Amino acid sequence: MTLTEKILARHAGKKKVSSGEFVECNVDIALGNDITAPLAVEKFRKIGSEQVFDREKVVFVCDHFTPSKDIRSASNCLFLREFARTQNLRYFYDGGKAGIEHVLLPEEGLILPAELAIGADSHTCTYGALGAFATGVGSTDLAYTMATGKCWFRVPSTVRFLYQGKLKKWVTGKDLILYTISRIGVDGASYKTMEFSGPIIESLSMAERFTMCNMAIEAGAKNGIIEPDQLTYQWIEARAKHPYEPLTGDGDVEEVIEYDCSQVDLQVSVPPLPSHARAVEELKDVTLDQVVIGSCTNGRLDDLRLAAKILSGKKVHPSVRLLILPATPHIVYEAVKEGLIEIFLSAGAVVTPPSCGPCLGGHLGVLAKGERALATTNRNFVGRMGHPESEVYLSGVPVAAASAIAGRIIHPDEVT
Amino acid sequence: MIKGKAHKYGDDINTDLIIPARYLNLTDPRALAKHCMEDLDTNFINKISMGDILVAGRNFGCGSSREHAPLAIKESGIACVIASSFARIFFRNAINIGLPIVESAKASARIREGDAVEVDLKKGLIKNITRKENYHIVPFPPFLQELIQAGGLVEWARNK
Repeated sequence: MTLTEKILARHAGKKKVSSGEFVECNVDIALGNDITAPLAVEKFRKIGSEQVFDREKVVFVCDHFTPSKDIRSASNCLFLREFARTQNLRYFYDGGKAGIEHVLLPEEGLILPAELAIGADSHTCTYGALGAFATGVGSTDLAYTMATGKCWFRVPSTVRFLYQGKLKKWVTGKDLILYTISRIGVDGASYKTMEFSGPIIESLSMAERFTMCNMAIEAGAKNGIIEPDQLTYQWIEARAKHPYEPLTGDGDVEEVIEYDCSQVDLQVSVPPLPSHARAVEELKDVTLDQVVIGSCTNGRLDDLRLAAKILSGKKVHPSVRLLILPATPHIVYEAVKEGLIEIFLSAGAVVTPPSCGPCLGGHLGVLAKGERALATTNRNFVGRMGHPESEVYLSGVPVAAASAIAGRIIHPDEVT
Repeated sequence: MIKGKAHKYGDDINTDLIIPARYLNLTDPRALAKHCMEDLDTNFINKISMGDILVAGRNFGCGSSREHAPLAIKESGIACVIASSFARIFFRNAINIGLPIVESAKASARIREGDAVEVDLKKGLIKNITRKENYHIVPFPPFLQELIQAGGLVEWARNK
Protein backbone atom coordinates (compact mmCIF):
# COMPACT_ATOMS: atom_id res chain seq x y z
CA MET A 1 0.00 0.00 0.00
CA THR A 2 1.03 3.61 -0.57
CA LEU A 3 1.65 5.83 2.44
CA THR A 4 -1.80 7.39 2.05
CA GLU A 5 -3.48 3.97 1.84
CA LYS A 6 -1.60 2.76 4.93
CA ILE A 7 -2.67 5.78 6.95
CA LEU A 8 -6.30 5.39 5.88
CA ALA A 9 -6.22 1.63 6.59
CA ARG A 10 -4.80 2.18 10.07
CA HIS A 11 -7.42 4.80 10.88
CA ALA A 12 -10.22 2.62 9.50
CA GLY A 13 -9.06 -0.33 11.61
CA LYS A 14 -8.41 -2.39 8.48
CA LYS A 15 -5.43 -4.42 7.31
CA LYS A 16 -5.81 -3.27 3.74
CA VAL A 17 -7.65 -0.67 1.71
CA SER A 18 -7.59 -0.07 -2.03
CA SER A 19 -8.35 2.95 -4.14
CA GLY A 20 -12.02 3.55 -4.82
CA GLU A 21 -13.14 1.87 -1.59
CA PHE A 22 -15.28 3.84 0.91
CA VAL A 23 -13.94 3.82 4.47
CA GLU A 24 -14.86 5.49 7.73
CA CYS A 25 -11.75 6.65 9.56
CA ASN A 26 -10.93 7.84 13.06
CA VAL A 27 -9.74 11.43 12.96
CA ASP A 28 -6.75 12.68 14.97
CA ILE A 29 -7.29 16.40 14.41
CA ALA A 30 -10.45 18.22 13.27
CA LEU A 31 -9.87 21.88 12.44
CA GLY A 32 -12.21 24.80 11.97
CA ASN A 33 -11.72 28.56 11.60
CA ASP A 34 -13.75 31.72 12.16
CA ILE A 35 -15.43 31.34 8.74
CA THR A 36 -16.20 27.63 8.68
CA ALA A 37 -16.53 26.68 12.35
CA PRO A 38 -19.65 28.79 13.13
CA LEU A 39 -21.58 26.80 10.47
CA ALA A 40 -20.07 23.57 11.83
CA VAL A 41 -21.23 24.35 15.37
CA GLU A 42 -24.78 24.96 14.08
CA LYS A 43 -24.70 21.60 12.26
CA PHE A 44 -23.14 19.88 15.28
CA ARG A 45 -26.17 20.96 17.32
CA LYS A 46 -28.57 19.85 14.56
CA ILE A 47 -27.03 16.38 14.70
CA GLY A 48 -28.12 16.44 18.33
CA SER A 49 -24.67 16.36 19.91
CA GLU A 50 -23.85 18.10 23.14
CA GLN A 51 -20.19 17.25 23.65
CA VAL A 52 -17.35 17.07 21.12
CA PHE A 53 -15.82 13.60 20.79
CA ASP A 54 -12.46 14.70 22.23
CA ARG A 55 -11.68 18.14 23.61
CA GLU A 56 -8.00 17.74 22.60
CA LYS A 57 -8.71 16.83 18.98
CA VAL A 58 -11.10 19.58 17.93
CA VAL A 59 -9.02 22.66 17.14
CA PHE A 60 -10.43 26.10 16.32
CA VAL A 61 -8.32 28.97 15.00
CA CYS A 62 -9.67 32.50 14.55
CA ASP A 63 -7.44 33.52 11.64
CA HIS A 64 -9.44 34.54 8.57
CA PHE A 65 -11.15 37.83 9.37
CA THR A 66 -9.02 38.55 12.43
CA PRO A 67 -8.16 40.80 14.16
CA SER A 68 -11.91 41.10 13.62
CA LYS A 69 -12.58 43.32 10.61
CA ASP A 70 -16.19 44.17 11.38
CA ILE A 71 -19.05 43.50 13.77
CA ARG A 72 -20.26 40.35 12.02
CA SER A 73 -16.77 38.83 12.05
CA ALA A 74 -16.34 39.77 15.69
CA SER A 75 -19.67 38.10 16.50
CA ASN A 76 -18.55 34.90 14.76
CA CYS A 77 -15.37 34.86 16.88
CA LEU A 78 -17.37 35.54 20.04
CA PHE A 79 -19.68 32.64 19.17
CA LEU A 80 -16.65 30.31 18.77
CA ARG A 81 -14.99 31.61 21.93
CA GLU A 82 -18.11 30.73 23.94
CA PHE A 83 -18.40 27.31 22.32
CA ALA A 84 -14.71 26.60 23.00
CA ARG A 85 -15.14 27.64 26.61
CA THR A 86 -18.24 25.53 27.27
CA GLN A 87 -16.67 22.53 25.49
CA ASN A 88 -13.38 23.17 27.30
CA LEU A 89 -11.44 22.83 24.02
CA ARG A 90 -7.75 22.52 24.78
CA TYR A 91 -6.60 24.09 21.51
CA PHE A 92 -8.51 27.26 20.79
CA TYR A 93 -6.37 29.93 19.14
CA ASP A 94 -7.46 33.53 19.34
CA GLY A 95 -5.88 36.97 19.76
CA GLY A 96 -2.12 36.85 20.31
CA LYS A 97 -2.09 33.07 20.13
CA ALA A 98 -3.71 32.88 16.73
CA GLY A 99 -1.73 32.43 13.55
CA ILE A 100 -2.56 31.17 10.08
CA GLU A 101 -3.91 27.71 10.86
CA HIS A 102 -1.86 25.66 8.40
CA VAL A 103 1.41 27.07 9.65
CA LEU A 104 0.27 27.17 13.26
CA LEU A 105 -0.85 23.54 13.72
CA PRO A 106 2.45 21.95 12.59
CA GLU A 107 4.41 24.59 14.55
CA GLU A 108 2.39 23.67 17.65
CA GLY A 109 3.15 19.99 17.08
CA LEU A 110 -0.54 19.08 16.87
CA ILE A 111 -0.28 17.03 13.69
CA LEU A 112 2.41 14.39 13.26
CA PRO A 113 3.53 11.72 10.75
CA ALA A 114 0.98 9.03 9.81
CA GLU A 115 -1.82 10.91 11.58
CA LEU A 116 -5.12 11.87 9.98
CA ALA A 117 -6.40 15.44 9.94
CA ILE A 118 -9.50 16.96 8.43
CA GLY A 119 -10.02 20.68 8.32
CA ALA A 120 -12.86 22.90 7.21
CA ASP A 121 -10.40 24.77 5.03
CA SER A 122 -9.16 23.61 1.65
CA HIS A 123 -5.47 24.16 2.46
CA THR A 124 -5.55 21.56 5.24
CA CYS A 125 -3.60 19.42 2.75
CA THR A 126 -0.49 21.37 3.89
CA TYR A 127 0.21 18.86 6.70
CA GLY A 128 1.01 16.16 4.15
CA ALA A 129 4.55 17.56 4.28
CA LEU A 130 4.87 15.77 7.62
CA GLY A 131 3.80 12.44 6.12
CA ALA A 132 0.28 12.82 7.50
CA PHE A 133 -3.00 12.34 5.62
CA ALA A 134 -4.68 15.73 5.69
CA THR A 135 -7.56 16.99 3.61
CA GLY A 136 -10.03 19.84 3.39
CA VAL A 137 -13.74 19.29 4.01
CA GLY A 138 -16.79 21.48 4.55
CA SER A 139 -18.50 22.58 7.74
CA THR A 140 -21.00 19.69 7.80
CA ASP A 141 -18.21 17.12 7.56
CA LEU A 142 -16.42 18.94 10.38
CA ALA A 143 -19.61 18.87 12.45
CA TYR A 144 -19.96 15.12 11.93
CA THR A 145 -16.35 14.58 13.03
CA MET A 146 -16.82 16.86 16.05
CA ALA A 147 -19.76 14.68 17.07
CA THR A 148 -18.37 11.23 16.27
CA GLY A 149 -14.59 11.47 15.82
CA LYS A 150 -15.02 9.94 12.37
CA CYS A 151 -15.10 10.95 8.73
CA TRP A 152 -15.82 9.01 5.51
CA PHE A 153 -13.42 8.90 2.59
CA ARG A 154 -13.18 7.31 -0.82
CA VAL A 155 -9.62 5.94 -0.85
CA PRO A 156 -7.73 7.95 -3.48
CA SER A 157 -5.29 6.59 -6.04
CA THR A 158 -1.79 8.05 -5.86
CA VAL A 159 0.16 9.92 -8.51
CA ARG A 160 3.85 10.12 -7.68
CA PHE A 161 5.68 13.25 -8.83
CA LEU A 162 9.38 12.61 -9.09
CA TYR A 163 11.63 15.67 -9.10
CA GLN A 164 15.12 15.08 -10.56
CA GLY A 165 18.01 17.24 -11.69
CA LYS A 166 19.29 20.42 -10.13
CA LEU A 167 17.42 23.55 -9.09
CA LYS A 168 18.28 26.79 -10.84
CA LYS A 169 19.29 29.77 -8.73
CA TRP A 170 16.38 31.29 -6.73
CA VAL A 171 14.02 28.43 -7.65
CA THR A 172 12.08 27.15 -4.61
CA GLY A 173 9.39 24.60 -3.83
CA LYS A 174 6.81 27.24 -4.81
CA ASP A 175 8.13 27.28 -8.38
CA LEU A 176 8.03 23.48 -8.49
CA ILE A 177 4.40 23.32 -7.41
CA LEU A 178 3.29 26.13 -9.76
CA TYR A 179 5.15 24.37 -12.57
CA THR A 180 3.53 21.03 -11.67
CA ILE A 181 0.02 22.53 -11.61
CA SER A 182 0.68 24.22 -14.95
CA ARG A 183 1.57 20.83 -16.45
CA ILE A 184 -1.40 18.85 -15.10
CA GLY A 185 -4.07 21.58 -14.80
CA VAL A 186 -6.35 22.76 -11.99
CA ASP A 187 -8.21 19.45 -12.03
CA GLY A 188 -5.19 17.36 -13.04
CA ALA A 189 -5.12 15.45 -9.75
CA SER A 190 -8.85 15.54 -8.93
CA TYR A 191 -9.79 13.16 -6.11
CA LYS A 192 -6.22 11.80 -6.09
CA THR A 193 -3.17 11.86 -3.86
CA MET A 194 -0.21 13.88 -5.08
CA GLU A 195 2.90 12.28 -3.66
CA PHE A 196 6.00 14.44 -3.99
CA SER A 197 9.31 12.58 -4.07
CA GLY A 198 12.78 12.34 -5.54
CA PRO A 199 16.19 13.83 -4.77
CA ILE A 200 15.00 17.43 -5.16
CA ILE A 201 12.22 16.96 -2.60
CA GLU A 202 14.73 15.43 -0.19
CA SER A 203 16.87 18.56 -0.58
CA LEU A 204 14.01 20.98 0.16
CA SER A 205 13.55 22.68 3.53
CA MET A 206 10.46 21.81 5.58
CA ALA A 207 9.07 25.26 4.70
CA GLU A 208 9.27 24.44 0.98
CA ARG A 209 7.75 21.01 1.50
CA PHE A 210 4.80 22.61 3.30
CA THR A 211 4.44 25.07 0.41
CA MET A 212 4.21 22.24 -2.11
CA CYS A 213 1.67 20.19 -0.17
CA ASN A 214 -0.30 23.37 0.56
CA MET A 215 -1.06 23.81 -3.14
CA ALA A 216 -2.03 20.19 -3.91
CA ILE A 217 -5.66 21.37 -3.71
CA GLU A 218 -4.98 23.78 -6.59
CA ALA A 219 -4.67 20.72 -8.83
CA GLY A 220 -7.87 19.31 -7.32
CA ALA A 221 -6.04 16.71 -5.20
CA LYS A 222 -7.52 15.14 -2.09
CA ASN A 223 -4.16 15.34 -0.37
CA GLY A 224 -0.48 16.02 -0.98
CA ILE A 225 2.04 13.90 0.85
CA ILE A 226 5.80 13.53 1.33
CA GLU A 227 7.43 10.52 2.98
CA PRO A 228 9.04 11.68 6.23
CA ASP A 229 12.84 11.62 6.36
CA GLN A 230 15.51 12.61 8.85
CA LEU A 231 14.75 16.31 8.32
CA THR A 232 11.05 15.73 9.07
CA TYR A 233 11.80 13.89 12.29
CA GLN A 234 14.31 16.54 13.40
CA TRP A 235 11.75 19.26 12.70
CA ILE A 236 9.09 17.45 14.70
CA GLU A 237 11.25 16.51 17.66
CA ALA A 238 11.13 19.87 19.37
CA ARG A 239 7.44 20.35 18.65
CA ALA A 240 5.49 17.08 19.03
CA LYS A 241 2.71 17.37 21.62
CA HIS A 242 2.07 13.60 21.76
CA PRO A 243 3.70 10.28 20.75
CA TYR A 244 3.21 9.01 17.19
CA GLU A 245 3.90 5.91 15.10
CA PRO A 246 5.28 6.64 11.61
CA LEU A 247 4.47 4.59 8.49
CA THR A 248 6.31 4.04 5.22
CA GLY A 249 4.61 3.46 1.89
CA ASP A 250 5.66 0.57 -0.30
CA GLY A 251 2.82 -0.05 -2.74
CA ASP A 252 2.29 0.67 -6.39
CA VAL A 253 1.09 4.06 -7.47
CA GLU A 254 -1.32 4.72 -10.32
CA GLU A 255 1.11 6.87 -12.27
CA VAL A 256 4.62 8.31 -11.99
CA ILE A 257 5.30 11.73 -13.47
CA GLU A 258 8.92 12.81 -13.64
CA TYR A 259 10.25 16.34 -13.98
CA ASP A 260 13.80 17.47 -14.73
CA CYS A 261 14.11 20.48 -12.42
CA SER A 262 17.14 21.76 -14.34
CA GLN A 263 14.54 22.91 -16.90
CA VAL A 264 12.27 24.69 -14.38
CA ASP A 265 12.56 28.49 -14.39
CA LEU A 266 11.17 30.86 -11.79
CA GLN A 267 7.40 30.65 -12.23
CA VAL A 268 4.66 33.27 -12.23
CA SER A 269 0.99 32.27 -12.58
CA VAL A 270 -1.10 34.79 -14.46
CA PRO A 271 -4.79 35.35 -13.69
CA PRO A 272 -7.24 33.77 -13.28
CA LEU A 273 -5.91 30.26 -12.52
CA PRO A 274 -2.86 28.92 -10.64
CA SER A 275 -2.26 26.60 -13.62
CA HIS A 276 -1.44 29.54 -15.90
CA ALA A 277 2.23 29.52 -14.84
CA ARG A 278 4.94 30.90 -17.08
CA ALA A 279 8.65 31.60 -16.78
CA VAL A 280 9.24 34.98 -15.15
CA GLU A 281 11.13 36.21 -18.23
CA GLU A 282 7.90 36.07 -20.25
CA LEU A 283 6.17 38.52 -17.90
CA LYS A 284 8.70 41.27 -17.54
CA ASP A 285 7.22 44.73 -17.53
CA VAL A 286 3.94 43.73 -15.91
CA THR A 287 3.55 46.69 -13.53
CA LEU A 288 2.29 46.22 -9.98
CA ASP A 289 0.26 48.12 -7.39
CA GLN A 290 0.71 45.67 -4.54
CA VAL A 291 3.00 42.80 -3.56
CA VAL A 292 2.06 40.35 -0.81
CA ILE A 293 4.68 38.11 0.78
CA GLY A 294 3.33 35.60 3.28
CA SER A 295 0.21 33.43 3.88
CA CYS A 296 -0.20 29.70 4.62
CA THR A 297 1.72 29.09 1.41
CA ASN A 298 4.80 31.27 1.97
CA GLY A 299 4.62 32.99 5.36
CA ARG A 300 7.16 30.86 7.23
CA LEU A 301 10.38 32.11 8.78
CA ASP A 302 12.49 30.77 5.89
CA ASP A 303 10.29 32.73 3.47
CA LEU A 304 10.78 35.94 5.45
CA ARG A 305 14.55 35.35 5.59
CA LEU A 306 14.64 34.98 1.83
CA ALA A 307 12.57 38.15 1.35
CA ALA A 308 14.83 40.07 3.76
CA LYS A 309 17.93 38.93 1.89
CA ILE A 310 16.62 40.59 -1.27
CA LEU A 311 15.05 43.65 0.40
CA SER A 312 17.97 44.45 2.71
CA GLY A 313 19.23 47.97 2.04
CA LYS A 314 16.68 48.44 -0.77
CA LYS A 315 13.49 50.46 -1.05
CA VAL A 316 10.06 49.35 -2.18
CA HIS A 317 9.12 51.07 -5.47
CA PRO A 318 7.13 54.25 -4.78
CA SER A 319 4.07 53.06 -6.69
CA VAL A 320 3.94 49.68 -4.90
CA ARG A 321 2.51 48.72 -1.52
CA LEU A 322 4.46 45.77 -0.12
CA LEU A 323 2.62 43.73 2.50
CA ILE A 324 4.62 41.31 4.61
CA LEU A 325 2.29 38.74 6.11
CA PRO A 326 4.03 36.50 8.67
CA ALA A 327 1.98 33.40 9.42
CA THR A 328 2.19 33.04 13.20
CA PRO A 329 3.01 35.07 16.32
CA HIS A 330 6.07 32.86 16.84
CA ILE A 331 7.33 33.74 13.35
CA VAL A 332 6.78 37.46 14.03
CA TYR A 333 8.73 37.11 17.28
CA GLU A 334 11.64 35.36 15.58
CA ALA A 335 11.58 37.82 12.68
CA VAL A 336 11.86 40.71 15.13
CA LYS A 337 14.75 39.01 16.96
CA GLU A 338 16.61 38.32 13.71
CA GLY A 339 16.17 41.90 12.51
CA LEU A 340 14.02 40.89 9.53
CA ILE A 341 11.15 43.19 10.49
CA GLU A 342 13.61 46.10 10.69
CA ILE A 343 14.73 45.33 7.12
CA PHE A 344 11.11 45.25 5.91
CA LEU A 345 10.17 48.49 7.65
CA SER A 346 13.33 50.23 6.41
CA ALA A 347 12.44 49.15 2.88
CA GLY A 348 9.02 50.75 3.28
CA ALA A 349 6.91 47.61 3.65
CA VAL A 350 3.74 47.22 5.72
CA VAL A 351 4.00 44.36 8.19
CA THR A 352 0.57 42.90 8.96
CA PRO A 353 -0.51 40.77 11.91
CA PRO A 354 -0.81 37.02 11.18
CA SER A 355 -4.11 36.69 9.28
CA CYS A 356 -5.56 35.03 6.19
CA GLY A 357 -7.21 38.40 5.35
CA PRO A 358 -5.16 39.66 2.40
CA CYS A 359 -4.99 36.33 0.54
CA LEU A 360 -8.75 36.04 0.09
CA GLY A 361 -9.64 39.71 -0.19
CA GLY A 362 -11.06 39.58 3.31
CA HIS A 363 -9.32 42.56 4.83
CA LEU A 364 -5.83 44.10 5.20
CA GLY A 365 -4.87 44.95 1.63
CA VAL A 366 -8.02 44.57 -0.48
CA LEU A 367 -7.52 45.59 -4.14
CA ALA A 368 -9.50 48.33 -5.91
CA LYS A 369 -10.91 48.06 -9.44
CA GLY A 370 -8.14 47.80 -12.00
CA GLU A 371 -5.34 47.18 -9.48
CA ARG A 372 -2.78 44.41 -9.92
CA ALA A 373 -0.99 42.40 -7.25
CA LEU A 374 1.82 39.87 -7.22
CA ALA A 375 1.44 37.50 -4.28
CA THR A 376 3.15 34.48 -2.80
CA THR A 377 -0.30 33.15 -1.90
CA ASN A 378 -2.10 30.24 -3.56
CA ARG A 379 -5.01 31.51 -5.67
CA ASN A 380 -5.38 34.09 -8.42
CA PHE A 381 -9.07 33.60 -9.19
CA VAL A 382 -11.23 36.52 -10.38
CA GLY A 383 -11.77 38.90 -7.46
CA ARG A 384 -9.64 36.81 -5.12
CA MET A 385 -8.04 39.83 -3.44
CA GLY A 386 -10.83 42.33 -3.89
CA HIS A 387 -12.63 43.95 -6.82
CA PRO A 388 -13.63 41.49 -9.57
CA GLU A 389 -11.70 43.66 -12.01
CA SER A 390 -8.47 43.52 -10.00
CA GLU A 391 -5.77 40.98 -10.84
CA VAL A 392 -3.55 38.61 -8.86
CA TYR A 393 -0.32 37.04 -10.15
CA LEU A 394 1.31 34.27 -8.10
CA SER A 395 5.01 33.62 -7.53
CA GLY A 396 7.58 32.47 -5.02
CA VAL A 397 9.24 34.79 -2.52
CA PRO A 398 12.35 35.81 -4.55
CA VAL A 399 10.36 37.09 -7.54
CA ALA A 400 7.85 38.84 -5.26
CA ALA A 401 10.52 40.61 -3.18
CA ALA A 402 12.51 41.68 -6.24
CA SER A 403 9.38 42.85 -8.06
CA ALA A 404 8.35 44.99 -5.07
CA ILE A 405 11.62 46.89 -5.49
CA ALA A 406 11.27 47.24 -9.27
CA GLY A 407 7.54 48.05 -9.35
CA ARG A 408 7.10 45.41 -12.04
CA ILE A 409 7.57 41.67 -12.37
CA ILE A 410 11.29 40.93 -12.66
CA HIS A 411 13.89 38.22 -12.13
CA PRO A 412 15.63 38.59 -8.74
CA ASP A 413 19.03 38.75 -10.46
CA GLU A 414 18.06 42.21 -11.71
CA VAL A 415 18.12 43.72 -8.22
CA THR A 416 20.68 41.59 -6.38
CA MET B 1 -38.92 15.61 -10.34
CA ILE B 2 -36.75 18.65 -11.03
CA LYS B 3 -37.86 20.86 -13.92
CA GLY B 4 -36.61 24.30 -14.81
CA LYS B 5 -34.69 26.63 -17.06
CA ALA B 6 -30.98 26.03 -17.63
CA HIS B 7 -28.43 28.69 -16.73
CA LYS B 8 -25.13 27.86 -18.32
CA TYR B 9 -21.59 28.66 -17.17
CA GLY B 10 -18.10 27.42 -18.12
CA ASP B 11 -15.25 25.35 -16.70
CA ASP B 12 -13.48 25.83 -13.36
CA ILE B 13 -16.23 27.90 -11.72
CA ASN B 14 -14.54 28.36 -8.34
CA THR B 15 -16.01 29.01 -4.92
CA ASP B 16 -14.73 32.62 -4.95
CA LEU B 17 -17.01 33.20 -7.93
CA ILE B 18 -19.92 31.31 -6.36
CA ILE B 19 -19.70 33.33 -3.15
CA PRO B 20 -16.91 35.92 -2.79
CA ALA B 21 -14.93 35.82 0.46
CA ARG B 22 -16.10 39.30 1.42
CA TYR B 23 -19.47 37.75 2.32
CA LEU B 24 -18.11 34.88 4.40
CA ASN B 25 -18.88 36.66 7.64
CA LEU B 26 -22.52 35.85 6.82
CA THR B 27 -23.98 32.51 7.89
CA ASP B 28 -27.66 32.99 6.93
CA PRO B 29 -28.24 31.19 3.58
CA ARG B 30 -30.77 33.85 2.48
CA ALA B 31 -28.17 36.60 2.95
CA LEU B 32 -25.56 34.53 1.12
CA ALA B 33 -27.90 33.77 -1.80
CA LYS B 34 -28.24 37.51 -2.57
CA HIS B 35 -24.56 37.51 -3.60
CA CYS B 36 -24.47 34.13 -5.32
CA MET B 37 -22.27 34.20 -8.47
CA GLU B 38 -22.19 38.01 -8.40
CA ASP B 39 -18.55 38.40 -9.50
CA LEU B 40 -19.29 36.26 -12.56
CA ASP B 41 -22.80 37.45 -13.36
CA THR B 42 -24.20 40.43 -11.46
CA ASN B 43 -27.71 39.58 -12.65
CA PHE B 44 -27.62 35.94 -11.50
CA ILE B 45 -29.92 36.16 -8.51
CA ASN B 46 -32.53 38.18 -10.43
CA LYS B 47 -32.83 35.75 -13.30
CA ILE B 48 -33.19 32.56 -11.24
CA SER B 49 -36.71 31.20 -10.75
CA MET B 50 -37.37 28.56 -8.13
CA GLY B 51 -36.50 25.15 -9.56
CA ASP B 52 -34.05 26.33 -12.23
CA ILE B 53 -30.98 24.32 -13.12
CA LEU B 54 -27.35 25.43 -13.17
CA VAL B 55 -25.26 23.81 -15.90
CA ALA B 56 -21.48 24.03 -15.88
CA GLY B 57 -18.41 22.42 -17.38
CA ARG B 58 -15.44 20.78 -15.72
CA ASN B 59 -14.27 21.10 -12.13
CA PHE B 60 -17.31 23.00 -10.82
CA GLY B 61 -16.76 24.37 -7.30
CA CYS B 62 -12.98 24.22 -7.25
CA GLY B 63 -11.04 26.20 -4.66
CA SER B 64 -12.06 26.86 -1.10
CA SER B 65 -13.90 24.47 1.23
CA ARG B 66 -16.54 27.09 2.05
CA GLU B 67 -19.90 25.40 2.46
CA HIS B 68 -21.36 28.86 1.95
CA ALA B 69 -21.03 28.09 -1.80
CA PRO B 70 -23.55 25.22 -2.11
CA LEU B 71 -25.70 26.90 0.57
CA ALA B 72 -25.91 30.08 -1.53
CA ILE B 73 -26.74 28.11 -4.69
CA LYS B 74 -29.42 26.07 -2.94
CA GLU B 75 -31.02 29.13 -1.36
CA SER B 76 -30.93 31.06 -4.66
CA GLY B 77 -33.64 28.72 -5.99
CA ILE B 78 -31.40 26.44 -8.07
CA ALA B 79 -32.81 22.92 -7.73
CA CYS B 80 -29.92 21.01 -9.28
CA VAL B 81 -26.39 21.53 -10.60
CA ILE B 82 -25.34 19.58 -13.69
CA ALA B 83 -21.61 19.56 -14.50
CA SER B 84 -19.22 17.37 -16.42
CA SER B 85 -17.18 17.12 -13.20
CA PHE B 86 -17.13 18.56 -9.68
CA ALA B 87 -14.20 19.53 -7.46
CA ARG B 88 -14.10 17.13 -4.53
CA ILE B 89 -14.80 19.39 -1.54
CA PHE B 90 -17.75 21.06 -3.30
CA PHE B 91 -19.01 17.60 -4.26
CA ARG B 92 -18.95 16.46 -0.61
CA ASN B 93 -20.48 19.69 0.63
CA ALA B 94 -23.35 19.58 -1.88
CA ILE B 95 -24.24 16.02 -0.90
CA ASN B 96 -23.85 16.83 2.79
CA ILE B 97 -26.28 19.76 2.66
CA GLY B 98 -28.75 18.10 0.29
CA LEU B 99 -28.15 20.13 -2.89
CA PRO B 100 -28.81 17.78 -5.82
CA ILE B 101 -25.81 17.52 -8.17
CA VAL B 102 -25.37 15.29 -11.19
CA GLU B 103 -22.43 14.48 -13.40
CA SER B 104 -22.99 14.25 -17.13
CA ALA B 105 -20.41 15.35 -19.67
CA LYS B 106 -22.96 15.07 -22.49
CA ALA B 107 -25.61 17.15 -20.73
CA SER B 108 -22.97 19.71 -19.84
CA ALA B 109 -21.91 19.97 -23.48
CA ARG B 110 -25.36 19.86 -25.14
CA ILE B 111 -27.60 21.95 -22.89
CA ARG B 112 -27.79 25.61 -23.89
CA GLU B 113 -28.63 28.70 -21.92
CA GLY B 114 -32.40 28.92 -21.45
CA ASP B 115 -33.21 25.30 -22.41
CA ALA B 116 -36.08 23.70 -20.49
CA VAL B 117 -34.57 20.75 -18.65
CA GLU B 118 -35.99 17.96 -16.53
CA VAL B 119 -33.86 15.89 -14.14
CA ASP B 120 -35.12 12.54 -12.90
CA LEU B 121 -32.72 11.50 -10.17
CA LYS B 122 -34.47 8.17 -9.57
CA LYS B 123 -34.27 7.09 -13.20
CA GLY B 124 -30.84 8.65 -13.68
CA LEU B 125 -32.02 10.65 -16.67
CA ILE B 126 -31.81 14.26 -17.83
CA LYS B 127 -34.40 15.37 -20.42
CA ASN B 128 -33.73 18.41 -22.56
CA ILE B 129 -37.30 19.38 -23.45
CA THR B 130 -36.25 22.24 -25.74
CA ARG B 131 -33.86 20.16 -27.82
CA LYS B 132 -35.72 16.85 -27.41
CA GLU B 133 -32.67 14.98 -26.13
CA ASN B 134 -31.99 12.63 -23.24
CA TYR B 135 -28.73 12.31 -21.34
CA HIS B 136 -27.78 9.63 -18.85
CA ILE B 137 -26.50 10.50 -15.39
CA VAL B 138 -23.44 8.70 -14.02
CA PRO B 139 -24.93 6.90 -10.97
CA PHE B 140 -23.33 7.60 -7.58
CA PRO B 141 -21.88 4.75 -5.48
CA PRO B 142 -24.39 3.16 -3.04
CA PHE B 143 -22.98 4.89 0.06
CA LEU B 144 -23.44 8.33 -1.49
CA GLN B 145 -26.96 7.42 -2.62
CA GLU B 146 -27.72 6.55 1.00
CA LEU B 147 -26.53 10.01 2.11
CA ILE B 148 -28.52 11.71 -0.65
CA GLN B 149 -31.69 9.76 0.17
CA ALA B 150 -31.37 10.73 3.84
CA GLY B 151 -31.29 14.38 2.76
CA GLY B 152 -27.68 15.02 3.75
CA LEU B 153 -25.07 14.09 6.32
CA VAL B 154 -26.81 15.68 9.33
CA GLU B 155 -30.02 13.75 8.64
CA TRP B 156 -28.07 10.56 7.92
CA ALA B 157 -26.20 10.93 11.24
CA ARG B 158 -29.45 11.58 13.13
CA ASN B 159 -31.06 8.44 11.65
CA LYS B 160 -28.08 6.32 12.53
